[in-house]
Amino acid sequence: MADESKDIYYVEGTPIPETPLPGKEPPPWRETSVVGKALPRVDAYERVSGSAAYPSDVHLPNMLHGAILRCPHPHARIRRIDASAAAKLPGVRMIISGNTPEADLIWKKDPVGDMRLFEPICRFEGDVVAAVAAETPYQAWDAAHAISVDYEVLPFVADERQALKPGVPVVHPKGNVSKTDRYERGDIAQGFAAADVVLEESYRTECELHTPLEPHGCVANWDGRSLTIWESSQGVYAVQSRVAEVLKLPLARVRVIGHYMGGGFGSKLEPGKYTIIAALMAKLSGRPVRLFLTREETYLCVGNRPPTNMTVKAGVKRDGTLTALEFSVLGTGGAYTAGGTSLADWLARDLYTCPNVRTISTDVFINAGPARAFRAPGHPQGAWALEQMMDTLAEAIGMDPVQLRLKNIPSVSQAREGNPPYTSTAFKECLELGAAAFGWEKARGEARAQRASRHIRRGVGMAGGLWFAGGGRPPSTVVVKLFPDGSANLNMGASDLGTGTKTVMAMVIAEELGIKPEAVQIECADTGTTQYATPSGGSKTVPTEAPAVRNAAVQVKQKLLEMAAEALKVDAAELVYRGRDIASRQDSSKRIAVKDLEALKRQGIVVGIGYRGPNPKNMTTHPFAAQFCEVEVNMLTGELKILRFLAAQDSGRVMNRLTYGNQVIGGITMGIGLAATEQRILDTGRTGKMVNRNWHDYKLPTALDVPVDVTVLPVEPVDTAANNTGAKGLGEPATIPTAAAIANAVYHATGLRITCTPIHPQQLVQRLADRPKEG
Amino acid sequence: MSANPTNGPGGITRRNFLTTVGAGAIGAAVSENALAAGKEVAPPQVTPAGRSVEVALRVNGRTHVVQAETRWTLLHVLREVIGLTGAKPGCERGECGACTVLIDGIPRYACLTLAVEVQGHDVTTLEGLMDGEKLGTVQAAFVEADAFQCGYCTPGQVMAVEGLLRANPNPSVEEIRRGVSGNLCRCGAYQHIFKAAHRAAELKAGK
Ligand code: FES
Ligand code: FES
Repeated sequence: MADESKDIYYVEGTPIPETPLPGKEPPPWRETSVVGKALPRVDAYERVSGSAAYPSDVHLPNMLHGAILRCPHPHARIRRIDASAAAKLPGVRMIISGNTPEADLIWKKDPVGDMRLFEPICRFEGDVVAAVAAETPYQAWDAAHAISVDYEVLPFVADERQALKPGVPVVHPKGNVSKTDRYERGDIAQGFAAADVVLEESYRTECELHTPLEPHGCVANWDGRSLTIWESSQGVYAVQSRVAEVLKLPLARVRVIGHYMGGGFGSKLEPGKYTIIAALMAKLSGRPVRLFLTREETYLCVGNRPPTNMTVKAGVKRDGTLTALEFSVLGTGGAYTAGGTSLADWLARDLYTCPNVRTISTDVFINAGPARAFRAPGHPQGAWALEQMMDTLAEAIGMDPVQLRLKNIPSVSQAREGNPPYTSTAFKECLELGAAAFGWEKARGEARAQRASRHIRRGVGMAGGLWFAGGGRPPSTVVVKLFPDGSANLNMGASDLGTGTKTVMAMVIAEELGIKPEAVQIECADTGTTQYATPSGGSKTVPTEAPAVRNAAVQVKQKLLEMAAEALKVDAAELVYRGRDIASRQDSSKRIAVKDLEALKRQGIVVGIGYRGPNPKNMTTHPFAAQFCEVEVNMLTGELKILRFLAAQDSGRVMNRLTYGNQVIGGITMGIGLAATEQRILDTGRTGKMVNRNWHDYKLPTALDVPVDVTVLPVEPVDTAANNTGAKGLGEPATIPTAAAIANAVYHATGLRITCTPIHPQQLVQRLADRPKEG
Repeated sequence: MSANPTNGPGGITRRNFLTTVGAGAIGAAVSENALAAGKEVAPPQVTPAGRSVEVALRVNGRTHVVQAETRWTLLHVLREVIGLTGAKPGCERGECGACTVLIDGIPRYACLTLAVEVQGHDVTTLEGLMDGEKLGTVQAAFVEADAFQCGYCTPGQVMAVEGLLRANPNPSVEEIRRGVSGNLCRCGAYQHIFKAAHRAAELKAGK
């Protein structure tokens, strides 16, 4: 075996950032040696070798397997549950349901009333009815299917567009309106009066399901009075607090572990009823219980990107100045309060300079699974409408779409109180550099030249976006331990969803301490052993955690300098940390190797604690993006082929070029799903049930649906105000403009404005057939 | 080298990828019922789904004799009985490929294969590509190209690429895309997976 202990320090002579005096925040990095490089992940080995234990891999001795019986109707009252036959089946050890005392636990507080664990009235297909634990998953399912339930099927509404019509069944006694939000600035009537061109168009996006590859679920185990849960989760502390609240346990007795997880995209920011059910069945049976949902269940009850019905009315002057934007959206969070329209209007409010803006959002209840945050909630939908409208306006005034956007770039957030400036915005550069690198003008011209000659038509389109959050924020606490040989350990509560969080943090420590990223061992996502972190989501993990990690590493250096000062009998301020050793600035013969520090040897480790500092006052931090694409449409079959994509992203400093690129291609893939393949189909008329609850009928983009040619162009503004690393969030902005860019390219290719997702052959072929005959 | 990706050497297309999964089931059923042409066909013996039988499985070169219910999938037995958790359950209904293993060198969905069907066949899982603690070639290429995010689809992607390269050591990009088209990646890391497959082909060729 190689002697890895010899190989801890990065490179001799690599510049190491100055160590600030104790109590001072480190200044922004100028040059970096490690941060920004394209480095493979620190946990890559575990993920490709199979040694990474995902929650669904956890297998405890004597473990039972759970299964949940779910309501097959969108709206039903449970009259009677008879589990007597199920209880007699082989291997069955536990059955709980509305008949058992556990039914009365309050699972969640909702403005429409408390939600119980087992509701007597199921308001969406897939709400829980009963649960079983048995010796094998097969036996658990045998038993679940053997439970007989007498339902009183109630009238339902499964289409949000019908929910407010008179005589429609109500989801909750208070009616079907969940929430109405209004926003206004300026004078919208004056804005339209000042415009040379006013256009109005309606748009719709279909409901999408997250369906991460690892289904939702957990393993629950009691050790006396303490509960341990291995959950596939984006935030172990969020799971801990909900479980403790529902089961009325002290937080300290609920340990949630989520070292690895197989994707979430927002749907695993919170636990599910399944988490509580697993914990209860484990308690009652005295045995560990594993409970993972089947794929079909993940389509029904663990969130979605809700459908939106949007109308945009916009006014523009001939020179491209936007004068007015009016945006309305009708949406639904499903059967409970779940932010069905949240942030759908944000881009209309904030992406472009416009003095007169009015938005109205109406969120209604329907009998369908509750929504959950889905990668950039509201934004890809809002972009679908706004960014298509921008292209329509550009055409109406005879302006290039990129130029129209460049004409209206704000430097402040107009929709926020006090119009705070952005800590950085390179939206302009994203548009300019992106267009140049893509060859925008040439590609637009060439696509046009190809027209009419063949039934395959080429189109080129683009769209822009920003993300509402993405600056990160307190709180976060992390701990860095340095061992006498120079290797380090990072203790951090945040989860790495596959975004590369752990690798980025190892690089931050490597940068500050002059050690190799591989010399950093990371413990993460465990409420029993790691520090508090908010869930990983909202593109805030890197800008939240990286500054805290940097602070912790800096504190380690400060302590080492003090130890060296004592050893060398000089003032700590005179010393400089050089990685392997510490030396006097004036007299480099005065130096001591870190491994020779007596105080360190005595102590065993040096501990640095880092906190996430506050965000700057009166400023706001956001990532921006502009994406460009080229498509081909077969005018006979309606097939859409995406030929290439270019993403110009401003997410501040690039922390790891390799994982950065990966995040962006992932965002584009997901946007392709919204644009072209994904759609929840409910049988809204007859049964209200979801008819495509599997990956066969609900189409995710496959390897054949994405272009091979994708260019990721990071645009890196120097942001010294956002936080001490200059990084902004990346995961969400990478998927915001994608679908709109595709729709704009399809328009360019075909002359058809497709306002409803998905742009699949059925829709395109219909639209092509409906065209008036040419010439 | 065929220019047509669907018919290329070992061109594992989405279509024949799926049919090879099915072919395993048919092959096993036929041999078990000893149907021979021209012979009187006895009514098939049906073993109740919940009945346990002894199954000898050759996995990664070692034979495991396990008690398995006849309805248990290979995926279930690999993960819950033998303890090899490399192959992942993503859908357990033949849609995502997270459970992909090689059966006699060909990528198959372990969730659509019954354990009893693979007696007498060679099963290779992700763990079987390792050389002790050292990553196999395809695995190393996945690390280098950063061909994953959450990593949950990755064991299946790696096995699909391994199967592709065994049949077609020098695939074109189109052949690679088809080779992994039976494996969903919700994180959307496809372009990096294509790069990794290409790199793995180079590494295997000693480049
Ligand atoms: S788990 Fe086998 S194909 Fe999805
Ligand atoms: S890496 Fe997450 S699904 Fe492929």
